[in-house]
Amino acid sequence: MASDTTLTPVSIPVPPEPRRAPISVVGPIAWVRANLFSGWLSTAITLALGYLIIRWAIGFIDWAFINAIWSVPNNQTQACRDARGVGACWAVVTEKHRFILFGTYPYEEHWRPALACVIFVGLYIVSAMRRFWRKELALIWIAALTAIGVLMWGGILGMPFVAQERWGGLPITLILSTFGLAFAFPLAILVALGRRSKMPAIKAICVLYVELIRGVPLISLLFMASVMFPLFLPEGMNIDKLLRAQIAIILFAGAYLAEVVRAGLQALPKGQYEAADALGLSYWHKTGFIILPQALRMVIPPLVNTFIGFFKDTSLVLIIGIFDLLTAGKTAIVEPAWQGFGVEVYITIGLIYFCFCFAMSKYSQSLEAELNQHRRR
Amino acid sequence: MSAAIETVASAARLDAPPAISLDRVNKWFGAMHVLRDVSLDVALGERVVVCGPSGSGKSTLIRCINRLETHQEGHILVDGTELTDDVRALDAIRREVGMVFQSFNLFPHLTILENCTLAPIWVRRMPKREAEELAMEYLNKVKIPEQAKKYPGQLSGGQQQRVAIARALCMKPKIMLFDEPTSALDPEMIKEVLDTMVALADTGMTMICVTHEMGFARQVADRVVFMDRGEIVESGTPENMFNHPQTERLQLFLSQILRGH
Repeated sequence: MASDTTLTPVSIPVPPEPRRAPISVVGPIAWVRANLFSGWLSTAITLALGYLIIRWAIGFIDWAFINAIWSVPNNQTQACRDARGVGACWAVVTEKHRFILFGTYPYEEHWRPALACVIFVGLYIVSAMRRFWRKELALIWIAALTAIGVLMWGGILGMPFVAQERWGGLPITLILSTFGLAFAFPLAILVALGRRSKMPAIKAICVLYVELIRGVPLISLLFMASVMFPLFLPEGMNIDKLLRAQIAIILFAGAYLAEVVRAGLQALPKGQYEAADALGLSYWHKTGFIILPQALRMVIPPLVNTFIGFFKDTSLVLIIGIFDLLTAGKTAIVEPAWQGFGVEVYITIGLIYFCFCFAMSKYSQSLEAELNQHRRR
Repeated sequence: MSAAIETVASAARLDAPPAISLDRVNKWFGAMHVLRDVSLDVALGERVVVCGPSGSGKSTLIRCINRLETHQEGHILVDGTELTDDVRALDAIRREVGMVFQSFNLFPHLTILENCTLAPIWVRRMPKREAEELAMEYLNKVKIPEQAKKYPGQLSGGQQQRVAIARALCMKPKIMLFDEPTSALDPEMIKEVLDTMVALADTGMTMICVTHEMGFARQVADRVVFMDRGEIVESGTPENMFNHPQTERLQLFLSQILRGH
């Protein structure tokens, strides 16, 4: 504070128009300068890494596209063998793509699992759109899953019956992960709520469940489901192998997701619980309207992280002889003519997995931004 | 400033059974004895201000009245019903007791209107349209109807607290509890919230306020209760309490808050 005299009104000068920032402050050139060439060390690293990346990219393009062999006549893989190390043999994918995608499903009936996959993807897209988030969505799910079941099994509408043992490839991966997460998520919410319950019995059961399931590897759980579980069943009763694996995956995913959901429940300020209580809301109203909507929004990133993890973990069913996408790919290159072209097949399968996982990741980012709009001012 | 204060006429009905009755209530947090033999009757329509130094148990006291905290000894009767582990009785009591928190505790994922209509729709089973009309009426009374479609995060602290008051009133409670409603507010927003509370006192609502706003206490309180270290040390009319404090502890407290102001 200076003396009082300075407070007498004086004409305030009009501030000059804001000047445009010089080119050395904003824009791509400034960015490159600041981040890549800010000193001799960073310049040297940029140049060295740039050289390596370009070398590798050129090599990859040469191998994957320019020198690649896209198809061969009648399993004559000699051309591919000659090009080994120089060019990719995409012929293996061209030749075997239907086996990789649909496994041992009868060849003439491949349109059925293909349509099932399309229905799955359609179901994901519809479920992802917020304007379909109504009660009717449950009906859509039931209808879609029934249609998929009918398509896969057949036996009606002139479609020959196909036993579950012959299913394989992408539909198996989608079935295991869709049913797995669709059932595991509600289960996880109940378990997470149960773990915070004031009732000791419920709390103990939930803690026991989470700790037991989390304490064993998924592989051992799958083994138990496929080998040990049937031993305890009465003579003659047999539960489908896929269903057993499915239940193991649901239980396993449920335990992990429950801990993610619990993190959200714990992160919510106590005041939210108290305000709901003070208004006289019942436990389920409080949970459904106040607690879960906020808790789940907070844990979207770790939830989707777990979802993506489990989508890929379904490939572990290969150890109990279920023919998922990865197993189908592995089997496709067992044939002597195609042995040794694993890289091409695995790249293709990797791309399929990547498409699904990347879509999930992108969707979760937009969902997070949309649902957390209220946090912004 | 005190000359300008116009006190609100008392609506206390001492002939009716008390709205709230605490009888030798004791509470411990672990080994800490936070409420010691607290006995207090609040008549229907009475306005009680609870004051005292921080940690004196005043917030715990009013949080026991709607059982956000449970007491371990003694009896609490609200609107004739005793607070026990009986969930049904508790739900009935919570419907009749509104509460306003220091940190507002609005639901950030719901609009202002949804904040106000949620409980009437799901607890009072009111039709949605009726609940919305009621909410708009109360938002009008707290002078922010134009914010109905916004989210709590878009409002100032004072506005949020007024919404919190409207939200509690939408349940048409018989009793209102205020837990330091102005302590989290910037100075320029305290007045708008206090004005709302004075207007509410004017309607004859039974109120218990934990607050340090002595001007407010003078203006509306029928009785001021001074708490220290978990016990009620002194109580009486604001006039007597502030001008003729009997105990040393109250004298010390008053001298401290007056110096602070």
